[in-house]
Amino acid sequence: MSLKSLTRDWEPMSYGFLDASAKREIRRKMLKAIAVPGCQMPYASREVPMARGWGTGGLQISCTLLNPKTKVKVIDQGADDSVNAASIRRFLARVSGAPTTLDTLEADLIQSRHRIPEEKLRDNQVLVLQVPNPEPLRPVQPNMSIARQMHADADYGRMWLQLYEQILRAGRVMQGASYPSLVNGRFVMTPSPIPRWDVPKLHMAKHLTILSAGREKRLHAVPPFTRVEPLVFDDVPYRVEEHGALTCTRSGARGFFMNEIPQDDGSSAFEISDSEYGVKTLRQRDGEAVTFGDTWYKHGEMAQ
Amino acid sequence: MTLTLDAPQLVDTRPLLLARHVSKTYGNVQALNDVSATVYPGEVLGIVGESGSGKSTFLRCLNLEETPDSGSYTLDLPDVGGNLFDLDRYARRMLCATRIGIVYQNPHLGLLMKHSSSGNVAERLLVAGERRFHTLRDKARDALDASEFPLDRMDAPPIELSGGMQQRVQLAKAIALEPALLLLDEPTTGLDVSVQALVLDTLKRLQQERRITMVIVSHDLGVIRTLADRVMVMRGGRVVEEGLADQIFQDPQAAYTQQLVHAKL
Repeated sequence: MSLKSLTRDWEPMSYGFLDASAKREIRRKMLKAIAVPGCQMPYASREVPMARGWGTGGLQISCTLLNPKTKVKVIDQGADDSVNAASIRRFLARVSGAPTTLDTLEADLIQSRHRIPEEKLRDNQVLVLQVPNPEPLRPVQPNMSIARQMHADADYGRMWLQLYEQILRAGRVMQGASYPSLVNGRFVMTPSPIPRWDVPKLHMAKHLTILSAGREKRLHAVPPFTRVEPLVFDDVPYRVEEHGALTCTRSGARGFFMNEIPQDDGSSAFEISDSEYGVKTLRQRDGEAVTFGDTWYKHGEMAQ
Repeated sequence: MTLTLDAPQLVDTRPLLLARHVSKTYGNVQALNDVSATVYPGEVLGIVGESGSGKSTFLRCLNLEETPDSGSYTLDLPDVGGNLFDLDRYARRMLCATRIGIVYQNPHLGLLMKHSSSGNVAERLLVAGERRFHTLRDKARDALDASEFPLDRMDAPPIELSGGMQQRVQLAKAIALEPALLLLDEPTTGLDVSVQALVLDTLKRLQQERRITMVIVSHDLGVIRTLADRVMVMRGGRVVEEGLADQIFQDPQAAYTQQLVHAKL
């Protein structure tokens, strides 16, 4: 019997840029955040080779979660090919050896800025959302010490008042993104600046969502099968963007969240925001065999 | 066989508010020294005294914004028991949000100046759990109407309103949930005489129509004389004299009260 037969083969164990103690701290905070859904957990946000506000919060979570076998997908406003998404994807691959993918169905870990993919995520996938401002009470209470007390007391009257004022002035809720949502009936969170279209995707979802703000040094989580309910008056229903009837001018995909592209003649064209879903649609149109996942929205309506 | 005859209870003899031996110090300053007060349902207690006499501190204690060093405070309400000074922050907030209304001297303390006036009233209803937009609108309109606020301006922010109007918004906010106790801290200070009279008329009408129990603090004896059933005179954190309003104004006993009444007259 040789010594080598008693030991495992060498494999990399320190990867993902962050040192072991940083990862350990973030893992602990993630576990706490999962245990108390929607509650913001402070953490010692480290310096990473990227400016604060460019996804450093999400990056630290991704670096902590991934290993050389994790398939990573990074999107920015739904697009895999934006500069920010491409840079983060390349960085994650370089520091961990993790393979990357553009396909939502193949990915184990999805880091996203401001969108949730149109295809449903599975229970073995993790969604990491980059959050610029994790505090939903900031617009109504600039003093963060008082805001923390308000969270502790579930004192969200001012959040409702904000919605009241919007309906009063505009006839409808004007909050386009970061729509305040009640998690598990207890904490109000800002679900990062995802559009209203994406908020229902978090409700009772199979996947784990972790939202992290590097500059603000806070993270919160929506564990699988957790209630996420947008704050809404009983007699004024929650409405998503009216994109259900729009068609993507490039791919022909219809019934999903679109980017509006102003035209020279003053009109607007629309392109599907989830770029990979658009690419899949194009490839299918060209006769390729493409696998589509189940989608949250069907024919522009949220599937029950 | 004994025949017992129960006479009808004409006066509710159980006090709504009972504060006992309340003392409070700030550093070396004794703001309140063994202050006690009793207020019966539907009664208006006026507290007068010079600046620094502790009347506003006492009112803040009654609104559970301050915790005194010693003393007890009870309200005779269903589901409200024990010494209220012992309640935790959450219980205090819920009690104040639903059962106690307050009008501050400075509207900036009681109002969100850039939100609509109706929104300011609605906020109180939202904290109490109302979640229907149209019900909020209706209840806010009713409360503002009761405060004699011009309804065509109900969506104007208080920052665009006059001082008298701002006080009316505060009053509407305070009475929106029909509180068991209404606290008024110098509600007419800073208003010109004609507006003062209008606000006092509104308060008097509300008190007569709704039999709201009130505690009003003022250094203006005229205001107290107009509204109060009983008067408590404070000086240096102590109660100097207490009695029926007529008795205090017509036959003051304490030297300081005599000085106050005569100075006014």
